[in-house]
Amino acid sequence: MNALDWIVLLGTMLGIAAYGTWATRRTNSLNTYLKGNHSTGWFTIGLSVAATQASTITYLSLPGQAYENGIAFIQNYFGLPLALVIVCAVFLPIYRRLGVYTAYEYLGKRFDTKTRLLGAGIFLLQRGVQGGITIYAPSIILCTVLGWRLDLTILFTGLLVIVYTVTGGSAAVSLTQKWQMAVIFGGMITAFVTLLVKLPPDAAHIAGAMGKLQAVDFDLNFDKRYTFWSGLLGGLFLSLSYFGTDQSQVQRYIGGAALREGRLGLMFNAVFKIPMQFFIVLLGALLFVFYQFQPNTPVFFNRTEWQRHAEGPHGAVLKEIEVKHARLHGEKQEKIRAWVAARETGDAAAEAKAKAELAAAQKASDAVRKEARDALLKIDPRAKVKDSDYVFISFILSQLPHGAIGLLIAVMFASALSSKAGELNALGTASTIDLWRVFRPQAAPDETQNVKIAKWFTAFWGLFAIGFALFASFAENLIEALNIIASIFYPIVLGLFVVAFFCKWVRGTAVFLAALAALGVIAALYFVGQADPSRNIGYLWYNPIGCAVCVAVSIVLQAVFNLRSGPPAAASASV
Amino acid sequence: DQEPPNVPGFRSWRAVYVFVLLAFAAMVAALAVFSRYYA
Repeated sequence: MNALDWIVLLGTMLGIAAYGTWATRRTNSLNTYLKGNHSTGWFTIGLSVAATQASTITYLSLPGQAYENGIAFIQNYFGLPLALVIVCAVFLPIYRRLGVYTAYEYLGKRFDTKTRLLGAGIFLLQRGVQGGITIYAPSIILCTVLGWRLDLTILFTGLLVIVYTVTGGSAAVSLTQKWQMAVIFGGMITAFVTLLVKLPPDAAHIAGAMGKLQAVDFDLNFDKRYTFWSGLLGGLFLSLSYFGTDQSQVQRYIGGAALREGRLGLMFNAVFKIPMQFFIVLLGALLFVFYQFQPNTPVFFNRTEWQRHAEGPHGAVLKEIEVKHARLHGEKQEKIRAWVAARETGDAAAEAKAKAELAAAQKASDAVRKEARDALLKIDPRAKVKDSDYVFISFILSQLPHGAIGLLIAVMFASALSSKAGELNALGTASTIDLWRVFRPQAAPDETQNVKIAKWFTAFWGLFAIGFALFASFAENLIEALNIIASIFYPIVLGLFVVAFFCKWVRGTAVFLAALAALGVIAALYFVGQADPSRNIGYLWYNPIGCAVCVAVSIVLQAVFNLRSGPPAAASASV
Repeated sequence: DQEPPNVPGFRSWRAVYVFVLLAFAAMVAALAVFSRYYA
């Protein structure tokens, strides 16, 4: 990075943060601080929803995943449009009508305090843990390739987002997210156009011939990782859980000028999200073609990690792998040219033969990349061998002009800040409304005190995320364990809301006990899958299973034991 | 309570939802054709 890159990077990051802080510095009403401006329109809400969902991982890792496995990952988003329609038709009107600040406040009105605390507690655990990862994951990748200090990068990113989120609350988050999305789109389009200019004329056909453009798979085989059916059903429940019950999303659309604005903002995402993700994974598939024609395509994209071991006592082993990869890479280039030539002749048999040879060459090349990862792990069991995260950033640093490099690094930070701000804002709100006000009900009418407490909670969660991110590199096993616990808890929350909306006769104690039963089932499924990988079901299925168990058990418990808790049936029917 | 979407061409929210789901179906169909064309 040169001076121009630094000017672009710091100019966009600090400029947007300063503008957001200044424009919302007089926010002192609790409603505005927690729900945003009353005049917020559907487009701002729509962008805010998209910005909160898409973190740096979306822009940095997804192209790498498409480079490795093709664009089939896009099927994971197939449940999203239907989920957003359900949220618009069922969830949002109830949240608006009751005037709640959080989704869990609704659980308290519909059931009882213990169910409300269960929902809020799971959210705080999940997002609190993930908040640190939101900062840590992009920082570790950028620091590795740019040679920056990890601790300073984490501190700078974390403190910057705390300043404007604490100052302006939800209003500042929505305002900054709008401009951060503009930077993200500008940067990603710049990278895409630069890549297109550098590609050979048959790039898309080459990517297709090498199996990278299979977007839809209608196979009913449930062992396959990405299919239309797993994306539609698993993605539906995951999206319902995320958009309907996760406060970091609920907070983005619950405010606004009217119910119409929130609904249109969500419908904008229902139409916009799949094309946006397609654009990102297509970028990754085309990056794959680009690297097929580069003379020095690395066998392992995290060059810092590779060089560290290549200069050590086992360097000869890694050198041998590099030589083998270079030879196979050259042979593969020949096979690609042969396939293109055969395709131009129009001879179907010759084309099929050339394609089979190309597939064999690709298989051999993939085997060497796996050999490289295995060799690194053998040398150092703690080596970072997931190098697909480094594919896109390697392209940015080696192929883009100065200025554009700064813009693309700004994209990575803008996406980290925008998703982090949404999380922080929601964590501060849930802590204030669902913890502090539950245990200090006499303080609820004091609006100034409430805003002050919300600011303190927001700052606390920001500092917690910074501490967590700084600690992450020293205790990866602990971080992973906490993340697993949060993932096991998450699927049962949707069950609580489905019972609340659709099973009006079920009351608090029944649904609370059912949620604990569902938690046991999900934990058992997870640990059985860990012990025997052949029985491991994908994480996408945890949500429908957790939800179904929670609903079924709560209905049975209510019918058999007629458990009494929460508002009487007549009162709860109105919520 | 029931406010119309106030979007040109849509009389009710149900019409908006149907449009969104049809757009999704069109996207899946386009992606399936795309996959087949480049297979």
